[in-house]
Amino acid sequence: MIRIEPRDTPSRAFALGVPLLSALVALGFAAIPLLAAGANPIAAYGAMFKGVFGSVFAFTEMLTRATPLIFTGLAAALAFRAKLWNIGGEGQLYLGAMAAVAIGAGALDIPGIFLVPLIVVMGAAAGAVGMAAPTYLRVKFGADEVVTTLLLNFIILILVQMMLEGPLQDPMGLGWPQSAPILDQGMLPKLMDRMRLHSGFILALILAIVAQFMLIRSVWGFKLRAVGENVAAARHAGINVNRSFFGVAAISGALAGLAGVSEVAGLKGYLTADLSPGFGYTGIVVAMLAGLSPIGVVLAALFIASVFVGADGMSRAMGVSSFLADLVVSVSLLCVLVGGFFAKFRVVLAGKGEVAQ
Amino acid sequence: MMDLLNILLSDSFWAASLRIATPLIFGVLGALICERSGVLNLGIEGIFVVGAMCGWMAVWLGASLWGGVLAAALAGAAFGFLHALLTVPLGLSQHVSGLGITLFATSASYFTYRTALPNVSSPPRIEPFQPLDIPVLSDLPVLGPVLFQQTALTWLALGMVGLVWFVLDRTALGVALKAVGDNPDSVDAQGLSVYGLRIGAIVAGSSLMALGGAFLTMSAFDAFFFGMVNGRGWVCIALVIFASWRPGKALLGAILFGAFDALQVRLQTEMGALVPGQVFLMAPYILSITALVIAARSADYPRALLTPWFKGQR
Amino acid sequence: MTPYPVLQLRGLSKRFGPVVANDDVSLTLHKGEVLALLGENGAGKTTLMNMLFGHYLPDAGTVEVADAAGALQPLPLGHPQAALAAGVGMVHQHFALAENISALDNITLGAEPLWSLRRNRAAAKAKVEGIIQRSGLSAPLDVPVGRLSVGERQRVEILKALYRDARILVLDEPTAVLTPQEADTLFANIKAMTKSGLSVIFISHKLREVLAFSDRIAVLRHGRKVGEMPTSEANEAKIARMMVGADTPLVEREPLAPGAPVLNLSGMSVVGRSKRETLNAVNLSVHAQEIVGIAGISGNGQHALAQVISGLKAPDMGTVAIDQAAIAHPTPARMVKAGVGRIPEDRHHEGIVGAMSVAENLVLERLTEPDVSTGGLLRREDIAANATKLAKAYDVRGPGTEAQARLLSGGNIQKLILARVFERNPRLILANQPTRGLDLGAAAEVGRRLLDARARGAGVVLISEDLDEILGLSDRVLVIRDGQLIEAPTRDRATIGLMMAGETV
Repeated sequence: MIRIEPRDTPSRAFALGVPLLSALVALGFAAIPLLAAGANPIAAYGAMFKGVFGSVFAFTEMLTRATPLIFTGLAAALAFRAKLWNIGGEGQLYLGAMAAVAIGAGALDIPGIFLVPLIVVMGAAAGAVGMAAPTYLRVKFGADEVVTTLLLNFIILILVQMMLEGPLQDPMGLGWPQSAPILDQGMLPKLMDRMRLHSGFILALILAIVAQFMLIRSVWGFKLRAVGENVAAARHAGINVNRSFFGVAAISGALAGLAGVSEVAGLKGYLTADLSPGFGYTGIVVAMLAGLSPIGVVLAALFIASVFVGADGMSRAMGVSSFLADLVVSVSLLCVLVGGFFAKFRVVLAGKGEVAQ
Repeated sequence: MMDLLNILLSDSFWAASLRIATPLIFGVLGALICERSGVLNLGIEGIFVVGAMCGWMAVWLGASLWGGVLAAALAGAAFGFLHALLTVPLGLSQHVSGLGITLFATSASYFTYRTALPNVSSPPRIEPFQPLDIPVLSDLPVLGPVLFQQTALTWLALGMVGLVWFVLDRTALGVALKAVGDNPDSVDAQGLSVYGLRIGAIVAGSSLMALGGAFLTMSAFDAFFFGMVNGRGWVCIALVIFASWRPGKALLGAILFGAFDALQVRLQTEMGALVPGQVFLMAPYILSITALVIAARSADYPRALLTPWFKGQR
Repeated sequence: MTPYPVLQLRGLSKRFGPVVANDDVSLTLHKGEVLALLGENGAGKTTLMNMLFGHYLPDAGTVEVADAAGALQPLPLGHPQAALAAGVGMVHQHFALAENISALDNITLGAEPLWSLRRNRAAAKAKVEGIIQRSGLSAPLDVPVGRLSVGERQRVEILKALYRDARILVLDEPTAVLTPQEADTLFANIKAMTKSGLSVIFISHKLREVLAFSDRIAVLRHGRKVGEMPTSEANEAKIARMMVGADTPLVEREPLAPGAPVLNLSGMSVVGRSKRETLNAVNLSVHAQEIVGIAGISGNGQHALAQVISGLKAPDMGTVAIDQAAIAHPTPARMVKAGVGRIPEDRHHEGIVGAMSVAENLVLERLTEPDVSTGGLLRREDIAANATKLAKAYDVRGPGTEAQARLLSGGNIQKLILARVFERNPRLILANQPTRGLDLGAAAEVGRRLLDARARGAGVVLISEDLDEILGLSDRVLVIRDGQLIEAPTRDRATIGLMMAGETV
């Protein structure tokens, strides 16, 4: 008979071990589609590794790819901590990006020392509004924010297309649906010569540390955790639950908005409707792999960025579809979910005389 | 004003509405069955993709059209079973598991498609379902011309509405399903299996969702392409709340949604010069959110929805 | 015909990890007999019955049930289906009813084939109506159970068992939710059914009803059977001593003159969706140095009253005043600030955040005070020191103040909440079902703390379904019924019981 018992205290080893193991298991599972695609898994893993660690450039590319994932991962992690299901990171990312080009692509020709912070702040604000709206619908009308944020992603993406064929279209762009480029002084400074890595990465790291500190050490974070763990007890204790929701919604949306700012003003320079290959959704996986810990988000984002960048390299070298990366990412989410079960419960193989309870 | 009336009175408009509604009917019914048993299935969007891909690919590989439908249903059932394992006996977060299933199902479909067809510029086509001419029924006034233009899958969807209604309202299985979504202890105390009922409901519901996807590649279109599901699954999750978990209202909600979508396409052609086309494209999603906001306060959620149940803990 | 045994439990033992829930318990139930199983919370009554019913598998021991012919047959253990088939029916304390389907559907659930396309509701209904006629247990059959009263739901639960031809019925604390009069009717029905051969085990900790209605009494303590006797040979003092293992600590209430009013509710109404959420023009004054007991059957507005005093619900009409200062828009934070200490009804759900530490839960209601936080940042050393101090003063035992609060036992969770409430010297204390689910020792501790607070000058609103507790602690008793508060003219149990049932006295 198999018996399942709750563990008294989820052990620290599990907190670190589960995500790590999940990542490895997901990579291991990838051998199946690799074989199905006719590739030698060992060679493929080798190519992936080389695609990330093979050169300084490759490595900085990975860091560049991790940057938006840290932002969207933090966005999901903080909201999920309060049990506010922000699945709208993708949409909020585009809102941030739109704000960035609306301000930065020539509307205001001011020195960079003013323009860059303005772009960052306005992008964050746009994302914040993007999450405040569904939060309002939940608090006021009880409309499930999972569904509304998901649907808003589609609405916002269509809005982006509309803007790129309308007010935000580059007049010099030969009719392509893309925005005018952000002014040079409005771009986030690059970190290294001839590499694409930009200071958005540093901003992401700083925000992760700040988020971790605020979550654990501040009254704000205390309230947020209480609301997330037991909303009835938090309300009974006098915590203003709605204010906590709106606070974390704004911050979560702002972080997702910063992902858009960082992609537009740090990397691409202009906005197109395919700016994000699903960074908002992948951010959810990052947050879950991180166990909703802000510092963990950084590590998880680095891992997932490695998978994506590695798979790109592997795809070029071996002709296997780079959708493999998405497959690994989604499987790692399912693995970490199952791992979470084993962190909370232990399965006892018992002799006769015991029963699952 | 006259134009609008003309549109609303035309057969072709309602035929289009029903056509657009068909995948949603499958999807809402599927979500309804899962949620009635107490489990939210956010895997729906990905299961749509899997259904669309598998149905199409089976036919492309030489199966009959109905063989394709069966392949889609089985694939949907498989992903539903995975979701059921994670959320029922393991009792894991239904939100996260569902999103994980969506990501997994979508990426697995895309990967399979890309691996099978590495170098195609335009997606290969199949011969899809054709409109079905059922004697008598097609001759009905008003309804006849609307139904006459539909394929067998739309008929199947309408039949499913009746079947789901019958099972929920008229059979012992339906009573047990409603009970397990309200209070699993009531079912357990009477010697029925909570796990069995819930897993069964999720598997059955997921295969219906997959049929919604299969309709897209085998009836509405004749090929598979990336991003073709485009949020239809999420729309179903909103509609099921609007439908208060009842099959009849689910049909009504899906057709209203279809009518609205068909209307925006027609308005777009008429008013395209005045308003950017994207405004109309947004409309269905905005409609879904509106429906959700209106229905949410008074919604009578299945009481056990989202709450895991473990044997022997009461 | 001499009564023969219909159920024989032999040497049943069950341990959960280090905890011994049952240790070598043997029991015999005879045909047509009512056996009362007594014991404190945690004595192992429910575990024993769950083994009988197949929810738990015993570590040792056997169960034998008489078949239709009266011969004892071993019952395969760990299979609820087998118990059902052998004619054992159990009515749990928490009803196992689906509220969205009718009573009839609840009763027939699982008894008819799942995969059949046709249902024979008419035949099922006729059978149930026959049972209702014979037993006197009536309930509307075609209405969704969600619309039935608590008493009706309980009868549906019993009908469920009888429909499955139960010959042995186990009732777990059946009167917890009934008025004294409703309970009498229930026992009369049960007595009538035992005449036609039903055998009953009922689990209780209420000595009075056990003495009045059972044929035999078995007492459990710490998982072991410590006594068994015919009811005719038992008396209250004797069984109480057996249950507790010592004489019950008596709580002494000294007379005190009430001081100035600390709580005034006047003309207060709350419009709710159900009876439990509704109050009609309630007036209530509670003074310093006074405990006011609110008696009543659950679901008569206690919930609404507690919500208003906790600040969770603003009244739709009327005013709330604390210390004679009106509170315009009550919120939990404002009530705490005004000096209200709240002991919530559901301590796990509303009292603590289980995933946070004991120390964090101890400061949950006062996050912005200077010894908890400065400049928006938590003072972690002070929070830890506060926890160490309070855990000692209030004897909160568990794996430590930095451990998750959910790991504490029910009694220690209540002590944690008492510590949080009492250390602030509140002017008014709302104690909502403060001893529910606690063992006698812990319950006495709660009573002592409430009396201490009263002696220090606090006013207390004590809401409880346990009339003995109210009579033992309160200076004044009010009865809540259908959202109205009525002052009890006497402290006579029977009179108050009638008032609880809605009769004018």
